[in-house]
Amino acid sequence: MKLDPAQLFDDAPCGYVVFSRDGLIIEANAAFLRLVDLPRDQVVLARTFSSLVSTGGRIFFDTHLMPMLDLSGRVSEVALELIGPRQERIPVLVTANLFEPPEPGGPLVRAIVFVARDRRRYETELLRAKRIAEEARAHADALAETLQQTLIPPTPPTIEGLVVAAAYRPAGDGQEVGGDFYDVFQVGPEAWMVVLGDVCGKGVQAATVTSFVRHTVRALAMQLTDPAELLSHLDTALSEHPTDRFVTLVALRLERGETHWLLDGSAGGHPLPLLRTARGEVSELGLPGPLIGVLRNVVFTSFRHVLEPGETLTMYTDGVTEARREGELYGAERLIDLLARSDSDPHSMTAAIVDEVLEFQDGNPRDDIAIVTVAARGD
Amino acid sequence: MSVTRRHHVIVSGPEDAQPMVFAHGFGCDQSMWRLVAPTFEATHRVVLFDLVGSGKSDLAAYDPARYDRLDQHAADLIELCRELGLDNVIFVGHSVSAMIGVLAQIAAPDLFDKLVLVGPSACYIDDGAYVGGFSSSDIDDLLELMDSNHLGWQSSLASVVMGTPERPELEGELEASFCRTRPDIARQFAGVTFLSDNRSDLARVTVPALVIQTRNDAIAPVSAGEFVRDSIPATTYALIDASGHCPQLSAPEPTTAAIEAFLRS
Repeated sequence: MKLDPAQLFDDAPCGYVVFSRDGLIIEANAAFLRLVDLPRDQVVLARTFSSLVSTGGRIFFDTHLMPMLDLSGRVSEVALELIGPRQERIPVLVTANLFEPPEPGGPLVRAIVFVARDRRRYETELLRAKRIAEEARAHADALAETLQQTLIPPTPPTIEGLVVAAAYRPAGDGQEVGGDFYDVFQVGPEAWMVVLGDVCGKGVQAATVTSFVRHTVRALAMQLTDPAELLSHLDTALSEHPTDRFVTLVALRLERGETHWLLDGSAGGHPLPLLRTARGEVSELGLPGPLIGVLRNVVFTSFRHVLEPGETLTMYTDGVTEARREGELYGAERLIDLLARSDSDPHSMTAAIVDEVLEFQDGNPRDDIAIVTVAARGD
Repeated sequence: MSVTRRHHVIVSGPEDAQPMVFAHGFGCDQSMWRLVAPTFEATHRVVLFDLVGSGKSDLAAYDPARYDRLDQHAADLIELCRELGLDNVIFVGHSVSAMIGVLAQIAAPDLFDKLVLVGPSACYIDDGAYVGGFSSSDIDDLLELMDSNHLGWQSSLASVVMGTPERPELEGELEASFCRTRPDIARQFAGVTFLSDNRSDLARVTVPALVIQTRNDAIAPVSAGEFVRDSIPATTYALIDASGHCPQLSAPEPTTAAIEAFLRS
């Protein structure tokens, strides 16, 4: 079979054009001329390549394409728009490289030009979808951040005669809304509530339940002095709530005494608070109770303790004890050891727990951590 | 963050020689000067750098709110000169960096000895009798085009690199190149560049300036170069017999010769 190279060139399935470094077109095949719909003598040695593309393309050509050709000898799949004879825009992809012509005068550029209408339509759709997705993401991020701001437990209030140290550290990079919370608020002239809990799960759904639990507890605590009764009412309220999430929680009611604080508490499905005596003996306080919001008519029990100066009571979420390192749990034993070794200052004690638990997980906690430690101020 | 790392500063030439600071324009990085800057290494302290957002600069330093005007780039230039302990600086700026140099010289008059402005334009958009070469819809067109080119930009870079096995030395150079400009930064810089209007600043330049213009520049036309020449109080004008916006690449010898003649004068 004999093929005619000239005809192959002219009728190639793409435009083929050769231009000088200045852009002046030196040769073009028939396919390219058909593309721009101009006679040969109005293109070859008559027009520059960039004069046939849109103005934006011209700028791009001079600021990107030519320097790239100079630098690397070729460019691939650059998207440009040819301007047709009726000013219509023809989306094309251009791939070009430099070559040394037989005659001296420096390198020339040869370029192939493909019409890319369908691809450009597709890309335009893609760009639009990408922008919409970016906007939606920015919106969702802003929403999550706002939500988290409202959920991040507040700095505990200053209470005369009581030291309250609290720490909250969200999982991972802190971007996700978690389910751990604590709250400290006044319920009487000499009485305060300290609540620490954990709604199961993460994300916006869990956050709405966290919010519901916090406000319900606040409202109930104004009416009820017995924490077990409070948990029982909360259990009913959460069972009525459309969510199937449950919560674990410790509620403490603290009533001011002469130098001590009278402490009534109750736990539902939650690790029991750890009492540390002035001599450094650590033990759990109270009795375990059922999960809150799972079963109806469950029984919660209260415990009572007189918190003397020198004693501390530490509440924590399972992000502390269930911190993992290569399958190994941090565990209650390590926590008890740490408290026993610690001094009796609630702030340094709380900070030490956070530090040790973070370090245990190489600084990247997979679960939220919330800790509150209270102590009667001795002075 | 050291200025050296922020701008990927490369210094060469004798330590005690007069400093010559080269700044690249829109769309490229310091490699644009590779055919011109080495000539001056024998006689000058040659400083090359990338504008923040371009080339190998530290992209973490790019704050869109601060870099929404040329003044921040000018402030960067001044900080860079101060931190490197440069004074009596000969500044060579291409394209938009010509105006960055103008703004820096006005803000720190004592820092600079001379300005070399390659392909400068104080305003790219036509305005009454002034011919900048573009309409504002042209600039919109450019921004749209940049979007469509960013779709496959990173991957086409890979094919560019792999397509030149016979010239492996290009790979590193290309890596450092404008191809790697982050799309959002490139787009903002395009807007900042082509929508800038520094015509009223030119008269406030207090050092001699050289304007290098090619006969046929589609980005900064002769009319724009002449406007800069006529507006800065003390200028030398070199019209180079070449085409395009990058004479330092397309005509490095005449460009170098024009700068050398200006420095001798």
